[in-house]
Amino acid sequence: MADTGVVEALLLGLEKAEDGVDSLELSSSLGVEHQVVVGAVKSLQSVGEVISAEQRSSKHWQLTEEGVEISELGSHEARVFECIPVEGLLQSELMKLPFGKIGFTKAMSNKWIRVDKTSEGGPLIFRSVQTIVDQVREKLLNVLNGKDAELEEKEKSELKKRRLLSEVTVKSYWITKGSSFSTTITKQETELTPEMIVSGNWKDNKFKPYNFEAMGVPLDCGHLHPLMKVRTQFRQIFLEMGFTEMPTNNFIESSFWNFDSLFQPQQHPARDQHDTFFLSDPALTLDFPQDYLQRVKKVHTEGGFGSQGYKYEWKVEEAQKNILRTHTTAVSARMLYKLAQQKFTPVKYFSIDRVFRNETLDATHLAEFHQIEGVVADYDLTLGDLMGVLHQFFTKLGITKLRFKPAYNPYTEPSMEVFSYHEGLEKWVEVGNSGVFRPEMLLPMGLPEDVSVIAWGLSLERPTMIKYGINNIRELVGHKVNLQMVYDGPISSDGRGLPLFTA
Amino acid sequence: MPTVGVKRDLLFKALGRSYTDEEFDELCFQFGLELDEITSEKELISKEQNDSKAAGASDVILYKIDVPANRYDLLCLEGLVRGLQVFKNKLEAPRYVRVSPVSGQPQKLIITKETAAVRPYAVAAVLRDITFTQERYDSFIELQEKLHQNICRKRSIVAIGTHDLDTTSGPFTYTAKPPSEICFQPLNQTKEFTATELMSLYRTDSHLKHYLHIIEDKPVYPVIYDSNGIVLSMPPIINGDHTKISLKTKNVFIECTATDLTKAKVVLDTLVTMFSQYSSQPNLKHVFISSSPHSESTETVAQLLTRMCLLSKLTGVGDQIEVEIPPTRSDIIHACDIVEDAAIAYGFNNITRTTPRSYTVATQFPLNKLTELLRQDVAAAGFTEVLTFALCSKEDVGDKLGKKISETGAAHISNPKTAEFQVARTTLLPGLLKTIAANKKMPLPLKLFEISDVVLKDKSKDSIFFPGRCAEIFVDGKSVGRLGVLHPNVVTRFELTMPCSALEMDIEPFL
Repeated sequence: MADTGVVEALLLGLEKAEDGVDSLELSSSLGVEHQVVVGAVKSLQSVGEVISAEQRSSKHWQLTEEGVEISELGSHEARVFECIPVEGLLQSELMKLPFGKIGFTKAMSNKWIRVDKTSEGGPLIFRSVQTIVDQVREKLLNVLNGKDAELEEKEKSELKKRRLLSEVTVKSYWITKGSSFSTTITKQETELTPEMIVSGNWKDNKFKPYNFEAMGVPLDCGHLHPLMKVRTQFRQIFLEMGFTEMPTNNFIESSFWNFDSLFQPQQHPARDQHDTFFLSDPALTLDFPQDYLQRVKKVHTEGGFGSQGYKYEWKVEEAQKNILRTHTTAVSARMLYKLAQQKFTPVKYFSIDRVFRNETLDATHLAEFHQIEGVVADYDLTLGDLMGVLHQFFTKLGITKLRFKPAYNPYTEPSMEVFSYHEGLEKWVEVGNSGVFRPEMLLPMGLPEDVSVIAWGLSLERPTMIKYGINNIRELVGHKVNLQMVYDGPISSDGRGLPLFTA
Repeated sequence: MPTVGVKRDLLFKALGRSYTDEEFDELCFQFGLELDEITSEKELISKEQNDSKAAGASDVILYKIDVPANRYDLLCLEGLVRGLQVFKNKLEAPRYVRVSPVSGQPQKLIITKETAAVRPYAVAAVLRDITFTQERYDSFIELQEKLHQNICRKRSIVAIGTHDLDTTSGPFTYTAKPPSEICFQPLNQTKEFTATELMSLYRTDSHLKHYLHIIEDKPVYPVIYDSNGIVLSMPPIINGDHTKISLKTKNVFIECTATDLTKAKVVLDTLVTMFSQYSSQPNLKHVFISSSPHSESTETVAQLLTRMCLLSKLTGVGDQIEVEIPPTRSDIIHACDIVEDAAIAYGFNNITRTTPRSYTVATQFPLNKLTELLRQDVAAAGFTEVLTFALCSKEDVGDKLGKKISETGAAHISNPKTAEFQVARTTLLPGLLKTIAANKKMPLPLKLFEISDVVLKDKSKDSIFFPGRCAEIFVDGKSVGRLGVLHPNVVTRFELTMPCSALEMDIEPFL
């Protein structure tokens, strides 16, 4: 604690005072520096509501260093006067003295001295009055003694111009009694220590209350990225539903698997330079299951398998072009093809991985994002089954109200957009896309005719951004992300489900 | 998804009733359309340019409706109205029939072999006895523009030309000639130009300059003449002024030249069927036979399909239905397309929910399983996870790491939009260092990690670490990675100043 003597004196003074005590007054009456009083105030403030201190600021006039010198030794002009003997003083001699120059000018204007320019040996200075009053010194002494109120504003600003006085802002405190005022201070402990516990003397101690307004010390710990946390949640949901994870560790795919095997025609806008990233190196894939490739070519150009086909010239060169995959459905195609090469068994597959689009970038779109995909292949699956699976999936996210809207995808027919009701926005919002894969995709692979494959997908970024209240995707993904966001991200599920779309 | 803008009140008038915005939105939801925006010409100009430019523009309410990308029959007011009216049982599904001219022979378009070098295919049709109003005319022009932008792939695959038949006389010839030999007065000009001159003229035309490249460098340009040598058009650039259409036109000659015959037919069919309602009877297409796919009775299914403009009737053999596919529905190429339409008419949300019966046991992909386990423990060890881009600049994996890009084994992108997308990352390190560089205000220490894929063509040696302060990691005699203090040059190139140490390891050997 600060100087206890001062503290006690402060408390005693406060006890006697009618309304309060000014810290500056107290410091002068105690004969201590103001800072010591301030220290005592701060000390008392830390032990609870003993005092209440209001900050005030006031302006005071203070002597500068030069001003102090003058108050002690006299003003320059007075000293000039003092040092002139009866027979006079050579001006050149006077100028050698430190106070000479300024003092001479001032003394002349005060008409305290006169110069005889005619004398031999140079100008000679004589006193022209008998006595003088060193008003400047008097004024400064007044200020020094706290009587600066006796000076007029004009005088003060003049002295300020001569740099003998300066105006200082002084911060002081107006101290009043607090709600738990008392003249005795009991020391408050800040921490419970092992010694107190062992000795038992914690019982006799008063403990300083916690400041619940202050931020705690951040823990030194590791953190998982919010997008990856949500990914873990989705992964968990799929595994709980019996879906097997597909191998998606290939960002580069051939156009064949990404587009052609999915019955997406070669002149489709999605295969354009401005929607897809093409590879210059390695540029082509040349290795495909040849008989399958021929069947794919046929279904595009002439049809077959119950279809009329697109009736255009299918070029193998287009199919060979390597790209950064635009969807993980390319992997689903590979898996379904593989499945078709053996005796068919029903399967459920899923994947959550990165895809690439060369589109215009904005607040919610980047060139890279993550796609979530679920696939079910079984005999005689219907649209009703697709809706059933979607209900199960979204229920695990805490979403139970779903509606379905007709949509279009090149590789599914029928296609359905999935909507859920957003309580906050009070409207239906799209939460995913789904459909039944076209026969033109499945039959050339060799899957049995009565097998149907249903699938659905959504992006990982969108629900994550809604969940974590992030508006710009750049604040979530990439190297420009603020790490504080990662440090602060809460857990992604409240145990009952991911309240993703209702926030 | 293509967007069609229609004047709301015109739409409601054609539909025979008005809707609130919510009611119309719901109708769109059931049919498979999206009411994207409700605006006006004035608002649009205000948004794109500024308020003062919008001053004199129309306040009339416009509906901007998104239609599925494969439905060219919904790209204009006429098509939308027809589809919706039939869907709501307010109109009978139309049948399109080709009709011969009242007198004389049908028109002929002769295609010569020269066109094979530049634009081989053409199809044509005549819309007879038509009556245009300003709105119908605008809609006709707008549909051509929409088709040009979508299925025609900006005129490169198909180009449409429409002409006033009464200003010209057939038979018509579609041929190709060297540009200097083609000379005519194009639309909106007052004198004749050769094709060569037109290429220069249109170079500065904000609308036409985008199409010049389609034929510019070819030795011959496509051109259509009538029997008197008048130029109808020079596809895909511009029509002749002589045969231009006006509100008074009664008979329209439509020609579509193309590099893809199927698409040309679709485009022609669309134009003809959409506007045939303003004249007499249009065209027919082929017929599908399919079995009833649903648990609903065959009669019901036939009714449902008819509501989608797919005229259907029972054949009487088992549960077979005969479905007539009109020329407006080029999107129907398989029975599954018909099934979807039946489901739409039935209402997706009326279908009973069921669950697939089969029981499956899930397996995790081993690499992902290992990754998930590692992520937890690395975070528990005090590291913060980051998620960085898989695409980066060549410098990020080359120069900045002290390597030649050719030695990195990186896969290169041929059409990057910016330098940030030039290659696929060969190492996770640049992403982490860039993250630190973007987070210089964060308190130290910064301990980051990422477990994710990199793209490699082959393995490569490294020069990333400070000599003497690094090591290669071996497991069972095989190298799986490296760790150490980063070379100061690497640190500096990423605009950092603090010493960094890093570890990078391939986890696949641990599976």
